[in-house]
Amino acid sequence: MLEIFGFIFMTLGVLAFLVSALGLLRMPDVYTRMHVGTKATTIGVVLVALGACFLEPSWSFKLLLLALFVLLTNPLSSSVIARATHKNGLTLERDELKDAS
Amino acid sequence: MFTLLTGVLLFSIFVALLRFVRGKTLSDRLVAFDVLGLMSLSLLIILALYFERALYLDIALVIGLIGFLGSAIFGRYIEKGI
Repeated sequence: MLEIFGFIFMTLGVLAFLVSALGLLRMPDVYTRMHVGTKATTIGVVLVALGACFLEPSWSFKLLLLALFVLLTNPLSSSVIARATHKNGLTLERDELKDAS
Repeated sequence: MFTLLTGVLLFSIFVALLRFVRGKTLSDRLVAFDVLGLMSLSLLIILALYFERALYLDIALVIGLIGFLGSAIFGRYIEKGI
């Protein structure tokens, strides 16, 4: 029973990674790629770690530490990348509302 | 089951690597680098379950740390130069 939950969580996480990779190829500019490339991978890592916790309960401390670490640092690094890109002067592909830089 | 998960994850890594090679600006490559780091981290989690070695989790933690530091430092480089 626990194994079924574990495999369900891990499959959902890997599907989030697949969606993230396809969006990274498909989206038109840097900001939309960043949107798909940081949120979806965060949820992917958290789901894979949770599924691994179900499959192997004795490793759960390390896995939860890993998930917490990714959950803390990934928004920070994406924020750094977004601020650097914006200061570098790149704009959106279709800018309907003008950006008050 | 593990084979299927590893296959799908390797396909995702290949697609993200395509963006890493093609991406026009440095920021595109940096985003792709971030995504590749997290994908290899969870590939290491799956391989740790498959080979039943807890050592791989430590390597995954180190990859997460190095990937975060790399993204932060490269972002600072894009913003201000060396």
